[in-house]
Amino acid sequence: MLEPLVPAIVVDRVSKSFALPHERVHTLKEKALHPFRRATHDTLHALRDVSFAVEQGEFFGIVGRNGSGKSTLLKCLAGIYATDAGRIYVQGRMSTFIELGVGFNPDLPARENVEINAAMLGLTTREARRRFHAIIDFAELHDFVDLKLKNYSSGMLVRLAFSVMIQVDAEILLIDEVLAVGDAAFQQKCFEEFARIRRSGATVLLVTHDMGAVQRFCDRALLLEHGREAEIGDPERVGMRYLQLNFDAEARAEEKAEALAAEDPSAAKPEPSAADEPSEDAELRLGDGRARIVESWFEDEDGATATVLETGCRCTFRTRVRFDARLEDPLFGANFHNSRGDMVWGVNNLYDEKTGIFERGEEIIFAFSFDVVLAPDRYFASPAVANATGAAWHDQRVRLVSLMVTGPHPADGLLDLPSEFGIYRAPAGLAPGRSEPSAAEEPTR
Amino acid sequence: MSAPVVDFERLGPPLKGPSALGSDLRRFARLTWTLAITDFKLRFFGSALGYLWQLMRPLMLFGVLYAVFSQLGLGKEVEYYAVGLLAGIVLFSFMSEATGQAVRSLSQRENLVRKIEFPRLAVPMATVLTALFNLALNLVPIFVFLLAAGGRPLWSWFELPFLMVALGVFVLALSTLLSVLFVRYRDIEPIWDVVLQVTFYASPIFYTAALVRDTAGEVALKVMMFNPFAAILQQTRHAVIDPSHESAASAIGGAPWLLVPLALTIATVVIAYRVFDRAAPRIAEDL
Repeated sequence: MLEPLVPAIVVDRVSKSFALPHERVHTLKEKALHPFRRATHDTLHALRDVSFAVEQGEFFGIVGRNGSGKSTLLKCLAGIYATDAGRIYVQGRMSTFIELGVGFNPDLPARENVEINAAMLGLTTREARRRFHAIIDFAELHDFVDLKLKNYSSGMLVRLAFSVMIQVDAEILLIDEVLAVGDAAFQQKCFEEFARIRRSGATVLLVTHDMGAVQRFCDRALLLEHGREAEIGDPERVGMRYLQLNFDAEARAEEKAEALAAEDPSAAKPEPSAADEPSEDAELRLGDGRARIVESWFEDEDGATATVLETGCRCTFRTRVRFDARLEDPLFGANFHNSRGDMVWGVNNLYDEKTGIFERGEEIIFAFSFDVVLAPDRYFASPAVANATGAAWHDQRVRLVSLMVTGPHPADGLLDLPSEFGIYRAPAGLAPGRSEPSAAEEPTR
Repeated sequence: MSAPVVDFERLGPPLKGPSALGSDLRRFARLTWTLAITDFKLRFFGSALGYLWQLMRPLMLFGVLYAVFSQLGLGKEVEYYAVGLLAGIVLFSFMSEATGQAVRSLSQRENLVRKIEFPRLAVPMATVLTALFNLALNLVPIFVFLLAAGGRPLWSWFELPFLMVALGVFVLALSTLLSVLFVRYRDIEPIWDVVLQVTFYASPIFYTAALVRDTAGEVALKVMMFNPFAAILQQTRHAVIDPSHESAASAIGGAPWLLVPLALTIATVVIAYRVFDRAAPRIAEDL
């Protein structure tokens, strides 16, 4: 690493609580009649002493169950809520997308609404006008520019709003659960757009309870539970913690009820603590440790490390292995899963030549080269080293690295195989050899 | 989990929470303008006769009041009583429209306040700005009527922009205060309606300053003129309609007394800003 960059966002011991009044004094009359009555209220601690940093260019997920404080955290970051304690530092232009289409007015046509919405999100009117075409292009709403928004379908609205959002070009984006929008084709487009935003070096904070999206996009994630950090780091591990919390929640509720019933009610309630969480380096790793996988990465055709590749190009998956014991003819391999968890491909050298002998302390890199015929998605690689028969693992690291595959268009299914398209008419008089390729817009793959 | 290891010295100043003006004044101005223009457009382009309807409201009220009070013989001592009446109605409409809309403005714009980082003061300010656009339109028939009735252009017409700015500032302060009070106390709206009604009858809108002096006395007129709205209205008539309408200074009993409505205006501005600024960080939660 070179000199570390200043983090894009630093959250330093931030706390936030809300007063939940028992009976709200909502009128001057009440106040005048009972000037000295103090309104009693409960305090809801939405965030307690939360600290984390997001590096520049990171795609950072904030997850948690309902009421865990994730939206409050986002609103504090966005400057919508004032924090009670702690500080938030932000480096760079920030844009918030808590709701799509803020300021949209149903009685105005798309053109005006784009300008309004863009102004809300921080563009000047001139910038908004200049980007209008790009926005309409992306939303595919050319034919409806002068239609009032109240006549738009909900899908069209979402497309328009999303298009404005991605045209804002903020350096830091705060996004709250806006991924589940539009039809499948538009979603794919949005996902590709997220991949582009990532590549452009923008920092993205995504608040969601969709773990799939987190594992698909995020470099790191933060799991909140009862306003505290429950887990931070690798999305995979955060996702597992999240599932665990969800399953535990019911059991814990029962436990608590029993405990409260049994104990003196004045006794302090046991708080779920973060102390017994799995430690930072606990990851899914199997094996006897006689060989150790140090790291894995993908390379493009030119040998440059890549995290995003276009479908159709040549790719090499490399893994560095250190031997902690003398091994004879070990097997090397990797499994690849897509974002839905389907295993797409498994590869190893079982049927290739024997690999020979490796001494203790030796370090090697093994590699598989392949054409990326995968459909656009995020793929996770789990490299492994096994003994000569493949019966025992020396080391396997589950979902060690991931590769984002993008394509010019969405593909159905797992693969996007190279294919060619043609139409062959067979009327009388045409020689079988002559064919007329269609001029339809179906691209030749 | 421990705090992240961060070189705090290299970070800029920490994020400020939500505030009345926000951190970028140009953005504040742009947002206020966008909101106001949008509202204005909606009112006018919603129907083809938008502008006519906008004129109709003060004109109808004018028609009724004029029919009644000219029969009663009001306004004989001033020139162009009818135009003066219209001016009073137009200015009052501005105040009642701006403040009446502003009361609910923050809760109406809830999605802006709660969903994006938004300078809070832009909300009531945009309401006042929209009302100002309408005021500018409604001033047109005043001049048309005045010239049609035989009035002459006066050099003192140049006072009008200053008077309107003074009125705008006063109304803005009221609107700001009302909008933030409404977040806490929902009965502000009916209370303010009553206050507006009282103001209508307690200002020389359909009667003249001279009538007040003759019937209620010098002191009553003086106190009436302490209201910044009444003072501005009186001076507007003097400057725009005809010098036979008393000037505010003469109605209040000497120019130095004008410091009272001035002080009241400044006090309203200061109090409104203070209250709003203090409440601004919590508006999103309290709505």
